[in-house]
Parts: sequence; C-alpha cells; structure tokens
Amino acid sequence: MPYTIAEKILLAHTNKKALKQGDFIETRLDLCLGNDITAPLAIKEFKKTGRKHVFNPQKIVLVPDHFLPAKDLRSANQAKILADFAAEQRIKNYFEVGRMGIEHALLPEKGLVHPGDLVIGADSHTCTYGALGCYSTGVGSTDLARAFIDGKCWFKVPGVIKFIYKGRLRKWVSGKDLILFTIGKIGVDGALYKVMEFSGPVIKRLSMDERFTMANMAIEAGARLGIIEPDEITWDYVRRSQKSPAKAKKNLKSDEDAYYEKVYEWDVSDLEPLVACPHLPSNIKPASKLKNIKLDQVVIGSCTNGRISDLRIAAKILKGKNIHSTTRLIVIPATQKIYLEALKEGLIEIFVKAGGVFSTPTCGPCLGGHSGVLAEGEVCLSTTNRNFIGRMGHPKSFVYLCSPAVAAASAIKGKITHP
Amino acid sequence: MVIKGKAHKFGNSINTDDIIAAKYLVSTDVQELGRHCLETVRPNFAASIKAGDIIVAGKNFGCGSSREHAPLAIKGCGIKAVIAESFAAIFFRNAVNLGLPFLELKNTDKIKNFDKLEIDLSTGIIKNITRNQTYQTQPFPEFLQKIIKAKGLINYVRKDT
Repeated sequence: MPYTIAEKILLAHTNKKALKQGDFIETRLDLCLGNDITAPLAIKEFKKTGRKHVFNPQKIVLVPDHFLPAKDLRSANQAKILADFAAEQRIKNYFEVGRMGIEHALLPEKGLVHPGDLVIGADSHTCTYGALGCYSTGVGSTDLARAFIDGKCWFKVPGVIKFIYKGRLRKWVSGKDLILFTIGKIGVDGALYKVMEFSGPVIKRLSMDERFTMANMAIEAGARLGIIEPDEITWDYVRRSQKSPAKAKKNLKSDEDAYYEKVYEWDVSDLEPLVACPHLPSNIKPASKLKNIKLDQVVIGSCTNGRISDLRIAAKILKGKNIHSTTRLIVIPATQKIYLEALKEGLIEIFVKAGGVFSTPTCGPCLGGHSGVLAEGEVCLSTTNRNFIGRMGHPKSFVYLCSPAVAAASAIKGKITHP
Repeated sequence: MVIKGKAHKFGNSINTDDIIAAKYLVSTDVQELGRHCLETVRPNFAASIKAGDIIVAGKNFGCGSSREHAPLAIKGCGIKAVIAESFAAIFFRNAVNLGLPFLELKNTDKIKNFDKLEIDLSTGIIKNITRNQTYQTQPFPEFLQKIIKAKGLINYVRKDT
C-alpha cells in the first residue's frame, strides 16, 4: 500500500502491518518533551500513579523556557518542579537557564530529533520538527504523563494535505510569508486534524531555518504537523547538529501514488511580504497595503523566528539606523548558541546601537508572559506565531505577525512597512 | 450519564488564550484556573456558571496552545460538557484524556444563549428543553469510549499495564 512520509513514520512506530486514515493506533515514541508550563501538570499526574521511575530518562526532554528566567515566585516554583524531577529521574536532557533555549529551536540544534522520529511535546509548536522529516506533534500534559509511564502515545491517523509551491520568491519574501500566505488561503481550521506536507521547488530551495518557521505554524491552520521530506539541506543540518554522524535514512519520502485528501498548488513568484492582522493568523494583508499602523513595540524572536538567519536579516536592515522614537524593539535569540553567534557576528551591537533591547533566550512576550507584555491599547508587530485577543498582554492590545525583515524595517519607521 | 444545564454560546475559533490567559499558567489548581475561565472574551464568565452548565460553540473550539489548563479551567468553573461544530486536535485529545465530556454537532446555531439543554452521553442525544428540539450527535469510536469510561487516559493505561 502506498503511504505518505507521515504515514510511514507512524506505521514504523506501531506493531501493525498497515494503517489507514481514521485508525486509532498506539505508538512507541522516540522522544517526549515538556516545558515549565506543561510539565508540572504531567509530573503531578505521573506522581499520582505512585510509580517510582519513568520508562526511559534518555527519551525525555525538559526545557524551562516559557516564564524563565523566572518572572515571579510562582513561575520559579513551577520551574523547580522540573529541575527536581530531572534530578530525581536522572533526566540528562534538562536545560537550566544559561544552557536553555526556546524548546523548538533547541531540540533540533542539540541533535535530539532526527528525520524519521516520532516525537510528542506538551507544547503545540512541537510540530516544528516536521521540517526535519519527523512526525512531531503537540499533545497535552496527560499525554506527556502517560509517555513518562510507558513511552507510548495514542493517535488517530490523520489525513494528509499536500502543498506544492512553485516559482521563485522575490527579495524580502521568506518562509514566514509562505506560511502566512498558506494560512490566509485555507484558514485557521483549513488543515484541522490533518498533516500538511510542504513540497515543490520553492521548498527545496528554502534554508533549514525557514523550513522550521513554516512547519512551526502548521498548528495555526489546525494541523497536527507540517512535514517536509528530508533532502540534502536536511541531512547537512543533521550532520552538523548530531554528536555521532547520522546515516541518511532511505525511504523517508512519500510514495508517488500515495493518497492526499487535497492538493494545493500555487505559484508564489508574485508573493509580497505579508502581515497577519489582529486577531487571527489567517487575517492576512500585504505589508505594503497597511498604512499608518503605528507601533508601540516590535518583537523579533520566538520558536518561529528567533534563529540566527532571522537575526542576521534584521541586523542587515537595522545597521546604522535608529528605532523610531516612539517604538520599542525587543530582540530575543532562540538559544544560547544563537546568542553567541549574534555576539561574535556583531549583531547585538547593531541592535543595541539602533536603540533596541537584546534579551536572553525565552518565550517571554510571545504568550504575554514577561519581557514585553502589552498595555491597554498598545500595538505590537511581532515575528511570533499567534495574534489572538490578549495574546501578548491586555485584552485590548493588538498583535500583528510578520517576518523578521518586515519587523526590522517597521521598527525604524515606527509603523508597518515593506522592507 | 445525563447532564442538565444552561447553554453558554460562543463563536468560532475560541482559542486556549481565550479560555485561560497565559498569566494564569503559574498554577495547576483546577479551582483557581476555573475562576478565570474565558474571562478575556467574557469577563465574569466563571461567576455566571451554575454547575451543570454547558458551553456551545462554533468551529475549531480550543485552537492554539496545548495547555491542558484550558480544559481544566472549563471543568473548574463548573461547566460539565462542551458542544461545538468542531474541536481543535490537541483540545480534542486533552478532553478525552481528562474525561471532559464533549460532543460534535454539525450546526450549533439552533441552540441559543441560555437555552436549557439535557445531554445523554450514552446515546449522544441532546435535548433542547427550551425549544423542544432533539439533536443526535455521533457517538465516540470504541477506542475513545474506553478511555472516557476509564475516567481518563492515566486510569486507562494503569488498567492496561
């Protein structure tokens, strides 16, 4: 029977000989992940069962990235639950502040996720690693607690939608614009409970960083994950991030006659830099059409766009310029490694000289946690992934989403602009 | 099991930030989370709930974050079931795993705010007492029913292993 890459990975992690859409399956996991918001609930559930040991400490990753460095006493207490559990269970992949990064940038960077793996994370943006050609998806804390017990997870086999992108991207148009365009086309439930498979010549030319950005926002269309078949760019990335050299796995691609519920094919040569307007990621407009949207704050960072190439493009635009007098710029590298690269390359100096803030890695303002929460009536342009009501602070604040290039150019003008 | 209560109507794509804002995610206490349930989009929602009440929403209920604090907040404020036209995938599995009753109904427009409803979970039949209407929803597949019957995933797994 022909399968898509996502179905092949699921099947390989069951005891079954075949599977079809809608089947309920129990699977063996390669890795499971929790953070300082979701893991405390999972640990509480795990402890209630009276079990002494997790199934395999090597397959658990704990990343305190959301409210860390601890924003207040209660978030410090939550983070301590992770640290204590990691020590007690000998979980070596616990990343303390200083080694910590935003989980979905950190795990691929540390070589903890591989093409062909089955990964769950108690965080909706776990779908990011689909960019590497693995089946990785967001689940809840109870799923994580169950994975702590027996290393398994149940799934309903999802349908698959294929997206083929043709043409050549214009200057300033990035993976972020591609995914915003896609969500704008199909809507926030356009891929509800589906796998989005990204393909075509435009994807083949995208850097790994941009592929992560695309897969990261698959959840914003309701998808379980966004997946890209591994190619030379993927294996190059994997070879650089793995401690032991990984062998390229064969057959990690969709069969030619695999079944897709839908196929979208778009020529994206005319695509412009895009912005998602409040209060849904599907509310898409070209940056050039948005006049006089004055900005109180601009954020460049997050699991969507806090990687080194994101910071490089922002720095290129900001070099020698000043942030608008009534606008704040907050730049957040996603990991310590990216922080250090930005330091060595002189990017931090550019941001600071321009009048911006350069932060330690954290999810921080993306979810209205800390380090950039919005006041009533404030407007923020952000490279993050969600612009729901009150997402970054006050219920009467406004979040627009865009690429790092649009964010940097707009920070200079103090209003949304085409780079 | 029969659930009786008033309907509280919401639109499409009610997301997990609407259900429980991130500033409250410093707690895992169900009662505390419940006090802030849906306050971003409807201030004082929790205070208006009588135990047994039901949320009725449009498409894509529970989209966004994986935070299980969202279904916990719904439980904590006294809501006993959620009816929606569709559910976001992670919310769906969280509701199954926690044993929060939820039903998919193709057109929830028929139900108006504060209608009195009666849900029979064993048959999937919803009675609208106020309008004297009956709606049939699809019963859950067997696999999910086993988890729901075990009162959640952890109990289900414990029985299994």
